[in-house]
Amino acid sequence: MKIVVLVKPVPDTYGDRVLSLETGLADRAASETVLDEITERALEAVIRHAEESAKSGAGEVEVVAMTMAPADSQSTLRKALAMGAASAVHIADERLAGADLVRTAEVLAAALRRAGADLIVAGNGSTDGSGGVMPSMLAELLELPAATRLETIEITADAVRGTRETDGGTMTVTAALPAVVSVTERMPDPRFPALKGIMGAKKKPLEVVALDDLSAELEGLGVALDETASARSIMVAATQRPAREAGEIITDDGTAGERIAAFLADRRLA
Amino acid sequence: MAIDLSTYSLTDDELTLSEGVRDFAERVVAPVSYEADRTKTLPMDVVAQMGEMGLFGIPFPEEYGGQGGDYFALCLAIEALARVDQSIAITLEAGVSLGAMPIFNFGSDEQKAELLPALLAGEALAGFGLTEPEAGSDAGATRTTARLEGDEWVINGSKQFITNSGTPITKFITVTAVTGETDGRKEISTIYVPNGTPGFTVEPAYDKVGWHASDTHPLTFSDVRVPAANLVGQRGRGFANFLHILDEGRIAIAALSTGAAEGCLEEAVDYAHKRKVFGEPLASRQNVQFVLARMQTRVHNARLAWHHAARLRDAGKPFKTEAALAKLTASDAAMDNARDATQIFGGNGFMNEYSVARHYRDSKILEIGEGTSEVQLLVIARALGVA
Ligand SMILES: Cc1cc2nc3c(=O)[nH]c(=O)nc-3n(C[C@H](O)[C@H](O)[C@H](O)COP(=O)(O)OP(=O)(O)OC[C@H]3O[C@@H](n4cnc5c(N)ncnc54)[C@H](O)[C@@H]3O)c2cc1C
Repeated sequence: MKIVVLVKPVPDTYGDRVLSLETGLADRAASETVLDEITERALEAVIRHAEESAKSGAGEVEVVAMTMAPADSQSTLRKALAMGAASAVHIADERLAGADLVRTAEVLAAALRRAGADLIVAGNGSTDGSGGVMPSMLAELLELPAATRLETIEITADAVRGTRETDGGTMTVTAALPAVVSVTERMPDPRFPALKGIMGAKKKPLEVVALDDLSAELEGLGVALDETASARSIMVAATQRPAREAGEIITDDGTAGERIAAFLADRRLA
Repeated sequence: MAIDLSTYSLTDDELTLSEGVRDFAERVVAPVSYEADRTKTLPMDVVAQMGEMGLFGIPFPEEYGGQGGDYFALCLAIEALARVDQSIAITLEAGVSLGAMPIFNFGSDEQKAELLPALLAGEALAGFGLTEPEAGSDAGATRTTARLEGDEWVINGSKQFITNSGTPITKFITVTAVTGETDGRKEISTIYVPNGTPGFTVEPAYDKVGWHASDTHPLTFSDVRVPAANLVGQRGRGFANFLHILDEGRIAIAALSTGAAEGCLEEAVDYAHKRKVFGEPLASRQNVQFVLARMQTRVHNARLAWHHAARLRDAGKPFKTEAALAKLTASDAAMDNARDATQIFGGNGFMNEYSVARHYRDSKILEIGEGTSEVQLLVIARALGVA
């Protein structure tokens, strides 16, 4: 079985994240690029499944990490390989800079077709763009079932099962393979790669794919290659979030309770 | 403000390893350090996670379950841990240098196959018992004896200050003992003794000044019988063996000291920015700036010194003097930086919840363990031909 985990390099959430006011895109040079936390957890869950499957003799599970990201973010894929993915696919093409969600979905779908996967696992949203629609779009383009926002996953030879929390209760969903699933940050804590994994990562295949390599698959999806270069939804303007204003400190002289109540009422917060 | 490690000519793999262990230290170790120190308990779940990361197997070949790395890589991991918690770092240092290395370096193929896999996986720990009440710097003064009776060694004596000797996963201690006399000179050999062997007692843990979460006990041996096959290496080679073990260990203690010195520096820089005195941040005072600059210089020198010694060792070149130089330089750096950092913290520097206070208590032992500073000076003086 082949499972492709879609991973995303994002600006480190622990650092300051900066929006370039010129391009309207995240300024990737301003902070360190790391694997998005949810995708890292998704990868951990899938690697554990592969390890358990190998141990119990249930069959070999090949884990592939795939990303569409700028050329200089390859270290994040090396980390995915160090954690235990067997190979990685890096879709990198200058023509994809600023690709909107639909474009990204088309290109990823083409690459997924090319790779051929029994199961595609993605995070339910990324910490930078937070679009949250990629897994559904991919399922639509690939004509596969989508089981989204799963908090647990269980993979068998021909199906994937999981649970999804809603306000009203917990749903258990299942889909026959091949399928697309998205998972939440409830997935297990990602491992810290061991030295053996780090050293071994260099020897694992990391394929860099350009748009031209995907022409046949894009055509199959009904997307013309020259079209992929331009985004259809375009950032018109970007402004910096205004700096936080200093808060108001209420010192308690016996009337603090009333003053806090008045403060909240003034702002229609109570 | 962290120092850019990539400027130290680390390979990509080394950089990734170092960053990974630093990340682990901050996310997993730091949150439990205060409590572990306060309650004087080694957090075994942290040790287990270090095992899963393969840290205990770094400098060993894969055939025993090792990571296939070198001593330099091990030292990078120790340094990265010590920045945050010296007790955790020494648990790894002693686990590898004193626990597994004697078996790996001098043990038979059968001993390696039997004992190493669990140690390298971090599922078991072992100790190295050299120091005795009457034999410290003068380790050759060993009084513990082992007498061969049939196919058994009968061991009598005591050891003191033995790291990792009484944890819930400690499996054995490799001890040095006098096994006879040749030409009027003591014959010293190394023998491993499984914990739980009748007559072998791990006495209650010490009440230490620092390294509270690290496990240290006195050991007593009274008519302890172990198979003759528990001899590690050749009979009579015990003295030469442990000198080799100590030389290597000094590089690792130098790396540990460098991490401690760096942890103190980072805390001090951070505090100097945040703390205002007389309306200005501490960092605006030139005397504080100069103290910080000197702390940074010590970290840099300490790191270069251990890098050099470790690279020599891994290249199979002599490294005895360089290891002594590195240990001396780095342990001084740790102690000096711990003192300067606590001074910058003022009263807070005397409060245990601040990590600089812990570093202050922890760093002193760095000038004592695995050869005191005076012993390092002796080694260096000998190399100069003046001692
Ligand atoms: C927390 C802790 C953990 C330890 N872990 C281990 C362990 O796992 N295994 C182990 O075997 N040991 C261990 N030790 C022991 C440690 O290595 C010794 O304490 C150290 O080597 C010093 O020996 P000593 O305490 O007997 O001091 P001494 O040798 O009595 O030294 C006292 C003083 O005399 C100085 N001195 C000694 N000889 C000379 C000389 N020739 N010239 C000038 N000055 C000299 C010393 O430098 C020191 O200042 C540990 C100790 C501690 C505190």
